[in-house]
Amino acid sequence: MARVVTHKNIEVGASVTPVRVGSYQRFLKRRSTLAVALVTPLMVLIGGLVVYPFFYAIYLSMLNKAETTFIGFANFRFLFTRDTFWMVVWQSTLFALTAVFFKALIGFVLAHAIHALPDRRQRFWRGVSLVPWVMPPALSTLGWWWLYDPTYSAFNWILGTLFGVHVAWLSDPNWARFSVILVNIWIGSPFFLIMYLAALKSVPPDLYEAAEIDGANARQQLIYVTLPMMRNIIAITGLFSIIVTFANFDIVRVLTQGGPFNTTHLFGTYSFLLGIQSGDIPLGSSVALFMFPILGVLAFFILRNVRQRATEL
Amino acid sequence: MSGGPSRKKSRRWALITAYICLLVFAVFFLFPPYYMLITSFKTNEEISAQRGIPLLIQDGPTLEHYRKLFFETEFPIFFKNTVIVTFFTVIVSMAISILAAYSLSRLKFWGATVMATGVFLTYLVPDTLLFIPLFKVIGWLGLLNSKWSLVVVFPTLAVPFATWIMIGYFASIPKELDEAALIDGAGHFQMLTRIFIPVAMPGIIAATIFCFTISWAGFLYPLAFIYSNDQMVATVGTVSSLIRGDVFHWGGLMAGALVAAAPPVIIYAFLMDYYISGLTAGSTKG
Repeated sequence: MARVVTHKNIEVGASVTPVRVGSYQRFLKRRSTLAVALVTPLMVLIGGLVVYPFFYAIYLSMLNKAETTFIGFANFRFLFTRDTFWMVVWQSTLFALTAVFFKALIGFVLAHAIHALPDRRQRFWRGVSLVPWVMPPALSTLGWWWLYDPTYSAFNWILGTLFGVHVAWLSDPNWARFSVILVNIWIGSPFFLIMYLAALKSVPPDLYEAAEIDGANARQQLIYVTLPMMRNIIAITGLFSIIVTFANFDIVRVLTQGGPFNTTHLFGTYSFLLGIQSGDIPLGSSVALFMFPILGVLAFFILRNVRQRATEL
Repeated sequence: MSGGPSRKKSRRWALITAYICLLVFAVFFLFPPYYMLITSFKTNEEISAQRGIPLLIQDGPTLEHYRKLFFETEFPIFFKNTVIVTFFTVIVSMAISILAAYSLSRLKFWGATVMATGVFLTYLVPDTLLFIPLFKVIGWLGLLNSKWSLVVVFPTLAVPFATWIMIGYFASIPKELDEAALIDGAGHFQMLTRIFIPVAMPGIIAATIFCFTISWAGFLYPLAFIYSNDQMVATVGTVSSLIRGDVFHWGGLMAGALVAAAPPVIIYAFLMDYYISGLTAGSTKG
């Protein structure tokens, strides 16, 4: 059938071409000017508010606090001597890797669970699972802040009633780290669920039928059919989420403001504290710029995967 | 190897496991909004009393927190500002995206592919990387402490992905269609408004929802650029100014958070399929 359609198109094209040559040439000449005109607003926006600010951030990071003297890499050298900065590096890495791992795991399990349901039930469960993703993160985090309240709220009531335990969710450094990661997992898992579900649906069913005829069990089908087919989307989603999680701001800002004792600060919140709240714009700018090499490497791999996927399709 | 009955049995077990998994995670996903909701309907006395089961409303629901929210706080101003900012952000972002996507997908010119890649890379730039230099830029523009600063900066987050979605949709429109329009004497403007926009409507809706969400949920930029209450938007306003000195502000705070979070949730409830198609077109933030 596909061949018939192609053939028909060629025929139509061939019979029409001679008639419109002149107008088509004029059309081509005009359109490159127009093409540039239409992308100009985009270029102005990206050039003025993304590319320029990026280079300006590099310049800013080399000034002193009053922004009067050029001091080279002194801000970066200063940061290297601060324990808090190294704690931020460690916490951002821990936060991003742990949260992304669990988001991917939960998303993968739930995508399979929904995929196993009959079609008419899938919509409901997909709808329910996406609620955390749809709420603005700063506002749902407020709800979590209340849940973590040590005295009056739900978590400690449940733990107290069942096990007689009382947890200092946000005032103990390790529990605070756990708490911010848990909220991130809650917000981000639905994204993985949706991406993986879309990927699962794109696996041709005859691959499973063939595998089943060859005697592959469910586990083998997962390893030899599902995972290879989903490899690309798993990579893109994971890398992408590492960027966004690494650069997170809302959750930590609302829940702990970086505390207790700066143990939950991420690059974003620490940079905000130094740059906006304490008014040391150059130092804050230097902190934020530390994210760039990491994001750059991740972006490189995402782009490679997206290109690969584009050529596969 | 796998006979009929045993396969059927394993299918049933798979289904039961699937439902158990989904139930457990549905509780995990819905518990926080549920608890926010019941807290917003409880009296302060009940929240502070610490008796009975806090997971239920025991003294009867009250609308007192909502009444106070709308009539005794500045929340209505925050909400109105968010609506204004979001409206203009969506218009500006979509206009820029549709024009650029039409150009990049159809009017192949020198550097179009590089530019499309550049747009995708810009989409990967997080707001936390550039808010400090943007703070200075907004200062030069004289827009510090103005809600209009957000209409300037939010499009930088929304446009790259919206353009990316639109390029995908426009590229899927068969070339025969615009050749036919060309023969009928249509210009580029007519081609865009009569063919591309109507045919790519699902993509436009998905991209619009994306721009709406970016603007409505924006938190870092308003927190950094705006400090007076008359310019404040709902996210930051709820977080920073509804928190009072006294301990039992929880009911009012949860009411504010829920009302501010309601519009994206309502839009999602009605347009879930567009929302999801936007999410899976390429890949969004997660």
